[in-house]
Amino acid sequence: MEFVAYATFFGTVALSYALITLGLNVQWGQTGLFNVGVAAFVAVGAYTSAILTTPATEGRIGGFDLPLPVGWLAAAAAAALLANLVAWLTIRLRADYLAITTFGVAVAVQLAVLNLTPLTGGPFGITFIPRPFGAWASDPALFGFANLALVAATVLAVYAVLECLARSPWGRILRAVREDETAAEALGKSPRRLRIQAFTVGGAVMGLAGAVQAHFVGFIAPENFLPTLTFQVWAMLIVGGSGNNRGAILGAVLVWAIWAASGALIGAVVPAELQARAASLQIVMIGLALCAILLWRPGGLLPDRPRRPRAR
Amino acid sequence: MPPSIADSFAPILSATAITKRFAGLVAVDGMSLALGRGEMLGLVGPNGAGKTTLFNLLAGSLTPDAGAIHLAGAEVSREGASRRIARGLGRTFQIPRPFPAMSVMDNMLVGAQGQTGERLGAGLFAPLRTRRDERAAREQAAALLAFVSLTHLANEPARVLSGGQRKLLELARLLMADPTVLLLDEPAAGVNPALMDTIAARIADINANGVSVLLIEHNIELIRALCPRVVVMASGRLLAEGPAEAVLAQPDVVAAYLGEAV
Ligand SMILES: Nc1ncnc2c1ncn2[C@@H]1O[C@H](COP(=O)(O)OP(=O)(O)OP(=O)(O)O)[C@@H](O)[C@H]1O
Ligand SMILES: [Mg+2]
Repeated sequence: MEFVAYATFFGTVALSYALITLGLNVQWGQTGLFNVGVAAFVAVGAYTSAILTTPATEGRIGGFDLPLPVGWLAAAAAAALLANLVAWLTIRLRADYLAITTFGVAVAVQLAVLNLTPLTGGPFGITFIPRPFGAWASDPALFGFANLALVAATVLAVYAVLECLARSPWGRILRAVREDETAAEALGKSPRRLRIQAFTVGGAVMGLAGAVQAHFVGFIAPENFLPTLTFQVWAMLIVGGSGNNRGAILGAVLVWAIWAASGALIGAVVPAELQARAASLQIVMIGLALCAILLWRPGGLLPDRPRRPRAR
Repeated sequence: MPPSIADSFAPILSATAITKRFAGLVAVDGMSLALGRGEMLGLVGPNGAGKTTLFNLLAGSLTPDAGAIHLAGAEVSREGASRRIARGLGRTFQIPRPFPAMSVMDNMLVGAQGQTGERLGAGLFAPLRTRRDERAAREQAAALLAFVSLTHLANEPARVLSGGQRKLLELARLLMADPTVLLLDEPAAGVNPALMDTIAARIADINANGVSVLLIEHNIELIRALCPRVVVMASGRLLAEGPAEAVLAQPDVVAAYLGEAV
């Protein structure tokens, strides 16, 4: 029974990471946009939904008590808006500027949520974020399964939409721009417009993922959105197979398994007083997995393959 | 009947005293050129004369340092390549630029213009129009692939194509866009002789349908066969211009480009 409870918990968290990884796959895997500020877009989504759906709280602006779907949609919209702004400002510049800018955005967002105490709760974050199926909380097994099912359905829906986009003519010209920008431009495609669109779509998915995580855990704080998160998501995408949506999901589950297992191992064998420091071994473990993949399967477990046109 | 030289006073594409520098090198140096409506104009000159650079300027892949470019009556000197093809100007690259990991068919489909499905989300919100456009584009692509003898490779990634096949794909992919002005950079280089005749015939066909063509070619026979009028470039400048036979017989053109052999 305990194992089942843990498995549903593990699955829910892993799939919420799969959502973020799917978002990064649109940006990096399908478009080649180097986003090192993933955490920022997740944070914006998480806080947006949290502020909109929590009950009114004394000493904090917000707490609008809105229904959960409103919070999730707003989360995606807010992160998409931020992504669109960042892309619009930087994509005409050289590719490396986007990386620098997204890094800056991540730091800025983290500092903002830390210091905008009246809105975000500052270092204490936001608590009592309504959990889906909260009415069933008295039956932990049912509650866990319902949450897992909801997150899985969300991943499936996002996967279906992203696959549909990738297979559409829009996805085709996106690939063309990635392979040869000059040639695509000479054929009338606007690389700049496509990149901004792809970055925005990826940002929206990350924002939605942030909301999903926030509502599943029930509270958020600035330290949930450190650069470690960005690193984990990058590792997930590279391990799974950049450019491949199924790879992104698989990579997220695998890397989260490594993260959780190494965490449990450290908890079991390392003396209590050293555990805080030993926690960084988790990052080392993911780094090792990353190296192993890059050495043996540079394209990831499910590499991106050129799509054959479907037979008619 | 090819249009006479007199028709070309209302050019569809013109460059006026354009210059392009790369670091110290002046690749195109105050060059002027006018392509008449429906004209087939040859552009020849020695290696490194600046022909391809001129193409890049005309097509918008490069921006001139000085001078002006007009396309169909509009000034387009600073407009990007993707805007110029929307105005009907299409170009091939001297060194073909296929999308290597994409299938030959997908390469072709990227050439199609105004596809509904290329708008973000159109596949989800306007599935019928998307599918209709896609079907039309596939039919056009299949016909063009048959013309350049690449049908059997339609589902292979473009990276497996040989050098000559890449040239053919480059041309066919551009024809998907139905351009009204065609800039062709050595379309027959590396293509086998039998196919070269077909390509020449096809270019003549396209031109006969009213498409204006600017053709770079080192194959002088092809130039003589296709182009009533020829422009010769050397060291980034205009060296000679006029009816093909007269220009190609000019002593300075022979000395700079053709050599004694011709
Ligand atoms: N991007 C670039 N950077 C620096 N120099 C360049 C660049 N592109 C072209 N050049 C130089 O400009 C000059 C003209 O080159 P261009 O390719 O236009 O010649 P071309 O007439 O097309 O020659 P060919 O007949 O061999 O194709 C050459 O000396 C070339 O080295
Ligand atoms: Mg050239």
